[in-house]
Amino acid sequence: MYEEIFKDYPLPEELKKEIVEELERRKVDKKTAKKIIEKCYEVYMKNLMEPGEAAGIVAAQSIGEPGTQMTMRTFHYAGVAEINVTLGLPRLIEILDVRKNPSTPMMTIRLLPEYAKDREKAREVANRIEATTVNDVADIATDLRNMRIIVTPDPKALEKKDLKFADVLKKVEKSVKEEVFEEDGKIIIQIKEPSYKKLMDTFDKVRKLVIAGIKEIKRVIIRKEGDEYVLYTEGSNLKKVMKVKGVDFTRTITNNIYEIYEVLGIEAARNAVINEALATLEEQGLEVDVRHIMLVADAMTADGELKQIGRHGVAGEKQSILARAAFEMTVNNLLEASVRGEVDKLNGITENIIVGQPIKLGTGDVELVLKLGGSK
Amino acid sequence: MTPKRISGIKFEVLSPQEIRRMSVAKIFTPETYSDDGYPIESGLMDPRLGVVDPGLRCRTCGGKAGECPGHFGHIELAAPVIHVGYAKLIARLLNGTCRECGRILLKDERRDKYISQIEKLKELGQNYDEIVKEVFRVTKAVKKCPHCGADQIEVKFEKPTFYYEGDHKLTPKDVRERLEKIPDEDLPAFGIDPKACRPEWFVLTVLPVPPVTVRPSIILETGQRSEDDLTHKLVDIIRINQRFLENKEAGAPQLILEDLWELLQYHVTTYLDNEVSGIPPARHRSGRPLKTLAQRLKGKEGRFRGSLSGKRVNFSARTVISPDPNLSINEVGVPKVIAEELTVPIYVTPNNIEEAREYILRTEHPKANYVIRPDGRRIRVIDANREELAEKLEPGWIVERQLKDGDIVLFNRQPSLHRMSIMAHYVRVLPYKTFRLNPAVCPPYNADFDGDEMNLHVPQSIEAQAEAKILMAVQEHILSPRFGGPIIGGIHDHISGLYLLTRGEKLFSKEEVMELIRPINVEKIPEPKYDGKWTGKQIFSMILPDITLEFKAEICQGCEKCEGENCPHDAYVVIRNGELIKGTIDEKAVGAFKGIIIDEIVRKYGTEEAKKFIDNMTQLAIRAIMFFGFTVGIDDEDIPKEAREQIEEIMNEAEKKVEELIEAYKAGNLEPMPGRSLEETLEMKIMQVLGKARDQAGKIASQYLGMDNAAVIMAVSGARGSMLNLTQMAACIGQQSVRGERIRRGYAYSNRTLPHFKPGDLGARARGFVRSSYKRGLTPVEFFFHAVGGREGLVDTAVRTSQSGYLQRRLINALQDLKVEYDGTVREQTSGIIVQFKYGEDGVDPMKSFRGRGVDVKRIIKEVLAEKEG
Repeated sequence: MYEEIFKDYPLPEELKKEIVEELERRKVDKKTAKKIIEKCYEVYMKNLMEPGEAAGIVAAQSIGEPGTQMTMRTFHYAGVAEINVTLGLPRLIEILDVRKNPSTPMMTIRLLPEYAKDREKAREVANRIEATTVNDVADIATDLRNMRIIVTPDPKALEKKDLKFADVLKKVEKSVKEEVFEEDGKIIIQIKEPSYKKLMDTFDKVRKLVIAGIKEIKRVIIRKEGDEYVLYTEGSNLKKVMKVKGVDFTRTITNNIYEIYEVLGIEAARNAVINEALATLEEQGLEVDVRHIMLVADAMTADGELKQIGRHGVAGEKQSILARAAFEMTVNNLLEASVRGEVDKLNGITENIIVGQPIKLGTGDVELVLKLGGSK
Repeated sequence: MTPKRISGIKFEVLSPQEIRRMSVAKIFTPETYSDDGYPIESGLMDPRLGVVDPGLRCRTCGGKAGECPGHFGHIELAAPVIHVGYAKLIARLLNGTCRECGRILLKDERRDKYISQIEKLKELGQNYDEIVKEVFRVTKAVKKCPHCGADQIEVKFEKPTFYYEGDHKLTPKDVRERLEKIPDEDLPAFGIDPKACRPEWFVLTVLPVPPVTVRPSIILETGQRSEDDLTHKLVDIIRINQRFLENKEAGAPQLILEDLWELLQYHVTTYLDNEVSGIPPARHRSGRPLKTLAQRLKGKEGRFRGSLSGKRVNFSARTVISPDPNLSINEVGVPKVIAEELTVPIYVTPNNIEEAREYILRTEHPKANYVIRPDGRRIRVIDANREELAEKLEPGWIVERQLKDGDIVLFNRQPSLHRMSIMAHYVRVLPYKTFRLNPAVCPPYNADFDGDEMNLHVPQSIEAQAEAKILMAVQEHILSPRFGGPIIGGIHDHISGLYLLTRGEKLFSKEEVMELIRPINVEKIPEPKYDGKWTGKQIFSMILPDITLEFKAEICQGCEKCEGENCPHDAYVVIRNGELIKGTIDEKAVGAFKGIIIDEIVRKYGTEEAKKFIDNMTQLAIRAIMFFGFTVGIDDEDIPKEAREQIEEIMNEAEKKVEELIEAYKAGNLEPMPGRSLEETLEMKIMQVLGKARDQAGKIASQYLGMDNAAVIMAVSGARGSMLNLTQMAACIGQQSVRGERIRRGYAYSNRTLPHFKPGDLGARARGFVRSSYKRGLTPVEFFFHAVGGREGLVDTAVRTSQSGYLQRRLINALQDLKVEYDGTVREQTSGIIVQFKYGEDGVDPMKSFRGRGVDVKRIIKEVLAEKEG
């Protein structure tokens, strides 16, 4: 019922929603509502960013300054006590560096309704995800005299993982290039070539052989959150986990931003950067406005590619030669620029500082004209 | 008048012709000065290259030292040498072009395809490194020239400047000849602009000699001349160059010539860059590596970061800071000696000529130090010329008068991590030798008074002064752009003081009230609440502007059911129409980072009013704390005997429990937690038990400490310290940790922390549990573990500062060119890329936001509804 009032007051959608919600809750009549919206609009317009504002520098300072107050301690837990997660300054650096292999990848997997309510069903999904090696479900021994490896699967462990003897046998057969056969409930691997090294190599290979689940995911922990079961994993592989039956991939996330970028695209990556950075800062009890983090995330993703903050990304791909030279790799940048006959147009900040001209930001972006004769 | 702007700078490679053309002198004599101290002609200090010694005149332009910018000379190299910076590119080019005909090893169509791709990316302003790399990769693999059909042999590049074709070594002369053959049309495919450079120029035949102004020699105290590193290196080059020439003319054997050629190459290489891998750096006689061209540009103290991006300034001062609560937050106390040295220029006009003249004639503090005539001559004002200068003074002159009260200055403390690290203050000239500032502005600077120093700068132009006053003044920075809350506010004693004043219903007689508000300008004193006596809350209300607020104070205990106004702890603050009705004022109300009241005043009445409030608030708080008296001593942590016994019991029990856990672990009865090993489970359980014991001991201690204990007051009101600090003093320090684990490493390899324990001891004491309190004192073993834990903290801080500093530098560099445009978009200025269509998705300034929200909808609705009713 308040929609039409907004026609004259173009407020952002989020704000509109908030106002409407509040108005409806209090059942405000239309005339008062108009007054309220008018006032909101007035305040909103007053609180807008000024043109010419150095939004980037403010954002960089707002994120960099609390960096000094962050802890260095790498390991801690965030919500799930069983899983270690990198936090604090190292994590923030990791996020802004867009590391392809973060030090502690982790996933939060939510399940489809038919699996989420039941612990057993959730366990089932977890078994499909968690990497199970031969070593987890069987005893492995070497028989040096006969050049054999004897794998004795433990029925209890197999049952717990919802696996059958045949599954193990099939996997072993497939991946080992030696003779494999079954002998009274045991899997025997006969090494053809009489070489001790070969035996030990195969032994190691069999031990680590993944028979079920996803290789990267080392551990899955099931926790009840509200009225549903949620899986937390150590290790991450978004692409494969999304395909697993029972997983609600619309609500499944990983803390590996690069993976999100590759699987879900640039917009998802931008949101991932914002969420991860904000979570890291919040966990340390540091208050930073989202808008600053958004700006950083947008600068990293603006041209459709996920670029890191630093020499191999945003700062290194600056148009200006002088700005690049002033940042890092001074000599190389200058040599390269001269070969290419590059021109520095002196549009940025550092360049103009270097040549000693006013910069085009804030008060440097405007000029004053004196009105002769004074104002009347 | 708009000043001239440089519109762009183009980068190109110098050609030999260009080097000769810009040269004023051919240099071939390795000597610099003759015996009688005059520079030798055609030597490295040739007077045609410019002058550095005062008194002499430049032979090229006739300028004196300081006027003449210097002129380049040149050295004709007897044999060509490779430019190290381009050595790798040369290798790629040799492999990418035909060894016979010099054409690119690609068919023309393919070449054109690559070129057009590069052109397109160039036009879009995007990076084309990848394509150039691909061209080099593709061409290197080609075995036969598609143009002339010649077989290709791979050229092996050996760092830093050697090339081999099979076993045959290519001389720089061979290399140059091959590069000469590459036609201009093929160059764009390699990312080379033929207009900017020719590949054969990467092989030097002429070397430019920089002017002497670039490499001035210094005269030591002994009167000896000490030459610049560059001059030393150039001397080496000329010497070898001449030797090579002589040997060649004399018809020396090829072997000797080759050795000399290599030596020349070495000297030219190290002249350009003395940190090339693969060859030893050239050294000074003293053994210090020489600082040559690349080293001058590189790094933090290099030309780019050290001299061009950051510059040294005049009109600045630095000294130790100390607190002065009598100053306003936007003032700074400047020592008189400093004020007498720093100056502000007065541009003399017919309107202010009398004022300026007065300053010249004055003999005491705010007097003129210098006058500057329109011709630029700067004359010191001294007793002898005072009258004369005042007489001669005319419009157009500039009088530099000493800093005085009311001048605007910039005040700064490093590290300047955010914009609040440099703010504008008004000067108050004071005696003694430290800068004085109100302690309420410590949080934005992150300053304390344990010996911190700060810098002060005097803006010299009217524009700069205006900008400082309007944009940089302290009160404009009360709200932080980081989170939209106040960053300036009460600290330490301000909070304790107001807490004591406003807690409960304390009564004050008229005399007492007058004493408390003496430094504050209170216009109206309200009626006393109880028969001639005022309450503390009333006194605080006197400095409050008309605001209405309700919030939970810092001391809020977080009861299950909030009683609101009737809070039994007096922790629910109610302010109505500028009157504090209920609640205690503490950190949440007026503290830096939190201060809800300050936040409200800035938004409702603006920065000026907020500044006044903070000034008054700090004054009142200090009066209050002095009125009550406030001290913390060692006996504040005293706890009665029965408490000590209880704590003792808890500790014993905890240690026993730990022993039990260890027993269970050893017997194999410990159930591992999911996904953890047995050892990890044990560690976690022990940590839990000991952590709980510390907490329990703390609880007991705090029960006995009571709310009138000064240390407790500081902790609960948020003034300083925490309850944890207190319990560590009174009850138990607790577990010491390294990397979040109990201390396990230590004494030799015997699996124990100290020789006091048996190997493998996992007990509480053996792994760094400190059961004593700070007050009671630590046992030697405990002391050791405490030091171990403490050391980690120190290392942590040291590592963190460097890491976060680099992170900040990268962030600034990546984001500095982002600007909000008039249309509300955020764009990158160099490329014009739109980064955000609307800043922060709603365009709201975080500084003006209400802790993140653009509009405080609930407040507005409340206000409008209240207005409607009332």
